[in-house]
Amino acid sequence: MHDYVELRDITKSFGSVKANDHINFSIRRGEIHALLGENGSGKSTLMNILSGIYTPDSGEILLDGKPIVFHSPADSIRAGIGMVHQHFKLVDVLSAKENIAAGEKSGFWLRAKSLGDEIRDLAKKYSLSVDPDKKIYQMAVSEKQTVEILKVLYRGAQVLILDEPTAVLTPQEIRVLFDILRNMKAMGCAVVIITHKLGEVMEISDRVTVLRKGKSIETIDTANTNARMLTEMMVGHPMSLDIDRAKVDPALIRPILQVNDLTVMRPENIPALDHVSFTLSSGEILGVAGIAGSGQKELCEAIAGLEHITGGDIVFKGQSLLKLSPRDIIVRGITMSFVPEDRLGMGLVGAMNIIDNVLLKAYQNMPGVFVDRKEGKRIANEIIDRFEISTPGPHHEVKKLSGGNIQKVLLGREINLNPELLITAYPVRGLDIGASYNIYDVLNEQKQKGVGILFIGEDLDVLLSISDRIMVMHEGKIMGILDAVSTTKEEVGLLMLGHMPDEKEDA
Amino acid sequence: MLQIVKKQEMSPRNAAILRVSMVFAALIAAGVIILILGYNPITVYSKMIEGALTNKYRLTQTINKAIPLVILSLGVAVAFKMKFWNIGAEGQLYMGAIGASYIALFHSDLPIYIMLPLMMLAGILCGGIWALIPAVLKSSLGTNETLVTLMMNYVAQKFVNYLQIGPWKDPKAFGFPKIATFTDNAVLPKVFGIHIGWIIALILVVVVHILLKHSKLGYEISVLGENPQTARYAGMSIPKILLVSVLISGGLCGLVGMMQASGIEKTLNEGISGGLGFTAIITAYLAQLSAPVILVVSFLFAVLLQGGTFLQVALEIPASVAEVVQGVILFFVLASEFFTNYKIVIRHRESADAGKEAAE
Repeated sequence: MHDYVELRDITKSFGSVKANDHINFSIRRGEIHALLGENGSGKSTLMNILSGIYTPDSGEILLDGKPIVFHSPADSIRAGIGMVHQHFKLVDVLSAKENIAAGEKSGFWLRAKSLGDEIRDLAKKYSLSVDPDKKIYQMAVSEKQTVEILKVLYRGAQVLILDEPTAVLTPQEIRVLFDILRNMKAMGCAVVIITHKLGEVMEISDRVTVLRKGKSIETIDTANTNARMLTEMMVGHPMSLDIDRAKVDPALIRPILQVNDLTVMRPENIPALDHVSFTLSSGEILGVAGIAGSGQKELCEAIAGLEHITGGDIVFKGQSLLKLSPRDIIVRGITMSFVPEDRLGMGLVGAMNIIDNVLLKAYQNMPGVFVDRKEGKRIANEIIDRFEISTPGPHHEVKKLSGGNIQKVLLGREINLNPELLITAYPVRGLDIGASYNIYDVLNEQKQKGVGILFIGEDLDVLLSISDRIMVMHEGKIMGILDAVSTTKEEVGLLMLGHMPDEKEDA
Repeated sequence: MLQIVKKQEMSPRNAAILRVSMVFAALIAAGVIILILGYNPITVYSKMIEGALTNKYRLTQTINKAIPLVILSLGVAVAFKMKFWNIGAEGQLYMGAIGASYIALFHSDLPIYIMLPLMMLAGILCGGIWALIPAVLKSSLGTNETLVTLMMNYVAQKFVNYLQIGPWKDPKAFGFPKIATFTDNAVLPKVFGIHIGWIIALILVVVVHILLKHSKLGYEISVLGENPQTARYAGMSIPKILLVSVLISGGLCGLVGMMQASGIEKTLNEGISGGLGFTAIITAYLAQLSAPVILVVSFLFAVLLQGGTFLQVALEIPASVAEVVQGVILFFVLASEFFTNYKIVIRHRESADAGKEAAE
């Protein structure tokens, strides 16, 4: 029997870059196939070819053994291929039902009633739980994902492609998603899951294809491999996956930051931070876990002096920060870097060169009314050397650097200011394994120098291994501060969802 | 099948070459329009150059147009650098002229060395404050500065009109609605036959260049223009930067109002700008907000404007032909922005409909 879909010898170039270089990839009915690779390895390009968004320069696509050409996403949908994108493409003000039906050419009128039933039936078939009449903006992230999946199934997809589906979910939600995927596999669907989390690959997939630098390295049965082997295929050389929790000279440890009952309101007058209290010591990494939008950003900005604070106090080395301007807070040795989803949004100016970017905070301390770019060049070169940033030179525009190097410029600038308190949010967002480990090393090195670090992270595995303590946030509240050595992912996950430890079921 | 494809980043040199060749393409396209209007484009172009450059009087006229254009463009550029779309140079010019004229008309007994600096100061302040209004509205209420600055132009212009027919009407003008001519101590002196504004313009080119390229304020303006979030994270005070640079922008435009009233018209009337406040938007944009380039582009545009006026006299062709040329140039240069970032490729649908393609 033929594979359901087969991609043969696919090549696709963008300018001089070969995003896909003679890639082979196949999908069978009733399997979960993981597509593994670092950023820029060609995963997205390959999936965009499969979903009809790009046309390959050469190579062919076979559907049930017969060659087929996709001219547009509509062709691909007709062939039973559906993609769930990492960033959901849903209309917030419409209901699940309306979103699912959007784009369907089934006449002018929405068949509101029968549509609801149809969706309920479909959901039941795959044991998904969704309320067709609920509006998208009222939904949690995992519900939105379910709607996306239903949307694709409703169009008759036999192959479901999920791009980094677990990035936004808690451990508990991931388990639910995996159950859904296994269910679909049992119904004869094929599932492709794009990810860079090895643990998930090992847990859920039947086969795994590894891409590196646009080439398909190998397709292998998951049962015959392990995380170490996959990493090696992915990065091209063996590397250790352990993150150290650096040991610090106890003499360096003393409390430096105290946050008492801090409250910040959102414009809609609901609390973004709700009576938040904690202490951070020098030489400590305090990890912050929470679903996106639980108040992490507001916490960072409040400490940096960028938020209007409704109540409570922030005390740094015995002095309140509340009355200080953002500039004064920087001068006192507190630096904050927040890497947003688009990476260049806050903290860097993409169209400016490295020199102008490293000067962003330092220029204020220069005497006179002029910006000393000679000094800037010196600092830029220092950061480039120290953090091994690969760039043609300090005059290179930041947006032309690769993601890892962009983040190193950002973190390098902050660390070069010799802070006493380093607030860093999502510093490894979108980075490949090598670059991420580089950044963990940098954080550990700072910790050993006695810097207090507030580390807002996404990946619980990383948070658990690098932090000394983990603070879990949920809807602007602190659910608990746990010892990172003794706690478990499940415990953190429950708190992230807002369950207090005492309401925990006996499991 | 035609497709629009994103291009790789162009080097600044290639982008400049593209832009210049687009100006030539524009001249050719405008030539076709001139031809359709029934004139010979070569005669028209050569007459324009003749009318703008070939004798001392004509050259003086051209430079008289270039001076305000340079300073207005500098003013516009300071705001544009911050992505504050100040379309109000025209209005700021009028307000500056009103401020300067007030000093000239009602304190006419001041000695010239106090009179002129005071008029300049009044011009800068009035223009600056006029620009500040939309900036304050933007930073406090989040209004759109493009609309507000644009509409305030008409308010300023009509205010001049009101002064002309109302309170400032010259009683010695036999009922004719005009404002009195300035006394000699309120008129800018001439150096080499051209009012001293040309020296001021050259100095300002250097000053604005240093301001934008090397000063802390210029650096803050660029950061704020490129990425307000980053400016905030770096601890910059956004309202302060916004207000100071808009004050500079409007102040420069207001200074032009003073210079036009004092150096050219020697009075205040509704026509002192001649629409230069809008032309300055084009020149600042064409010059990519770079002060030295503004000097060159403004001079070329002054040639175009002066040449256009000469057409009217020499060939009895309406001066609006020059405006057509101006418009076409702008259109082409805007198109060149598109072509620096994208290219159009003709791609053949491979495989399945290869046969269909061959049949076509």
